[in-house]
Amino acid sequence: MVEPLISARNIKKYFDVGEGVLKAVDGISFDIYEGETFGLVGESGCGKSTAGRTIIRLYDPTDGELYFNGKNIYELSRHEMQEARRNFQMIFQDPYASLNPRMTVEEIVAEPLDIHGIYKNHKERYERVIELLELVGLNDEHAMRFPHEFSGGQRQRIGIARALALNPKFIVCDEPISALDVSIQAQVVNLLKELQKELGLTYMFIAHDLSMVRYISDRVGVMYLGHMMELAQSEELYINPIHPYTRALLSAIPIPDPEIQRNRQRIMLEGDVPSPINPKPGCRFVDRCSYAVPKCRETTPEFEEIKPKHFVACHRAREI
Amino acid sequence: MEKILEVKDLAVSFKTFFGEVEAVRGISFDVHRKETIAIVGESGCGKSVTANSIMQLLPMPPAFFKGGQILFNGEDIVQKSEKEMQHIRGNQIAMVFQDPMTSLNPTMKIGKQIVEGLMKHQKLSQSDARNKAIEMLNLVAVPQPEKRIDQYPHEFSGGMRQRVMIALAMVSNPQLLIADEPTTALDVTVQAQILELMKNIQDKMDMSIILITHDLGIVADMSDKVIVMYAGQIMEQGQTDEIFKSPSHPYTKKLLASVPRLDMNRSESLHSIEGTPPDLYIPPKGCPFYDRCEDAMKICKDYMPDIDNHTNTHYSRCWLNHPMAKSKAEGSEA
Repeated sequence: MVEPLISARNIKKYFDVGEGVLKAVDGISFDIYEGETFGLVGESGCGKSTAGRTIIRLYDPTDGELYFNGKNIYELSRHEMQEARRNFQMIFQDPYASLNPRMTVEEIVAEPLDIHGIYKNHKERYERVIELLELVGLNDEHAMRFPHEFSGGQRQRIGIARALALNPKFIVCDEPISALDVSIQAQVVNLLKELQKELGLTYMFIAHDLSMVRYISDRVGVMYLGHMMELAQSEELYINPIHPYTRALLSAIPIPDPEIQRNRQRIMLEGDVPSPINPKPGCRFVDRCSYAVPKCRETTPEFEEIKPKHFVACHRAREI
Repeated sequence: MEKILEVKDLAVSFKTFFGEVEAVRGISFDVHRKETIAIVGESGCGKSVTANSIMQLLPMPPAFFKGGQILFNGEDIVQKSEKEMQHIRGNQIAMVFQDPMTSLNPTMKIGKQIVEGLMKHQKLSQSDARNKAIEMLNLVAVPQPEKRIDQYPHEFSGGMRQRVMIALAMVSNPQLLIADEPTTALDVTVQAQILELMKNIQDKMDMSIILITHDLGIVADMSDKVIVMYAGQIMEQGQTDEIFKSPSHPYTKKLLASVPRLDMNRSESLHSIEGTPPDLYIPPKGCPFYDRCEDAMKICKDYMPDIDNHTNTHYSRCWLNHPMAKSKAEGSEA
């Protein structure tokens, strides 16, 4: 049995919002193995970004444990945490907002090196920056320029170079391609895949584009209102979705083939995602679920292994 | 079928401090009654400028028409005065925008925003307009319309706001609806609801739709005809089945291959298109896709290819269609 690189246990992140408690992430557990890509999907407000940020402790968790290489990083002191941070990095969604417009590319990419005091002299620092830029398909000409001189795709490459600066093991990619055009998305995704192979990286890939998540991830978790609804190998999840929400979500994605699209049966969900503030007990999906029974309103379903490596949180998972 | 809109050689530019940006460079297409045509392309390809030109919503200056005609029911709307346009806008052509938050007035109740248009365009009384507004909200499946009509936009979710936008667009039974990325800001399950709603309303009202999107899945789902734009020009146009089954232009082929599909094998690699679209300050003389095209030939750099008809409804602009380029397609030097 391979030991997971990351083990998240019952992670919770609540925010106090005045009118109540916003339960953005409400007890999710999963493992991520070395060298794999773990996809996290869900609609806006389901807590997937909060989950990503809580995992690398950008947000302090309300509850839960996160083991990285066997150590619970939620118990580390501030100083120990800074050491540990080298191992996990983040790539952000908006390549326009996540780079400081007043810093040159060299300063941006070297910032993590500066903070951790990695290099001995300026020459070494510069060489490392150029090495990183070349790794992501840019070159030394770009080092002196400012972010506004780059296109969205190139900016995202700068963000990736910065994330790679400290040789991390684990990278959380929070919607890294949502702001890019389709032809550029493929460039960035291919780059992420190559880097993974070359450097043995482990990714958590957060996105709402389910076709892209399926393509890039080995395993995928589906979130809804702070809960993990289903988790399985990506092929398995897309071929045999069990949770009614996953089924509806998958059937809602238009497939770029007119013939298939004409003959598809869609599961239409009524209404919108309810508010995560002071959520009711029971299954979070109950109000929009066509399979709901009274039990679903009373108790929250356990996250169970229904088939080998296929986890579902649904009372009726075995019958539907 | 009757043509309701004909765009002929439309060219639109923007004057800027650095010079002229040729955003749309001579495009032509028709829209027939009850038809849905999709315009696809990357950011900056001119698809939104095209839509806004039809609505005459471009700020002029800096934008100006360089040439061409937009015939709506046979009349050129480029020549119309702002006053005449106001009558067409909202009455005969309506538009739904991408971002439902910024296109609704946040300080005004939903009902008032709908009633305003009804009173102006259809000369209804206050109470008749209110009843009609409730009816419209019902049509777009907003629950409890009698209560919702007195709420403000911030009390609506993204999907509900987009329903209100569609209701606003529908009040005067327009013949043509222009939907500029109507579901881009929405979640997939809500997107499915909105697309379904648009189809239903189209059937009920015999309306034509120009759908602007970058999502090829939505194109396959909604459209009868597809226009592929790149750097201000139409590279390929055809029936939806023709574009998806037998794409002819290398750009269309690449675009189709660069999106992962739910039903594709994960080991297949994704085709990226290297590079970025050209700068339209200095539009290229030849084919704008030249720099990024793997099949580019010498001639592509300096000469823009003509339109080649593959069928009555399907054409593309590419030198590979030329009989002398056949050898290139087989792999030898041309």
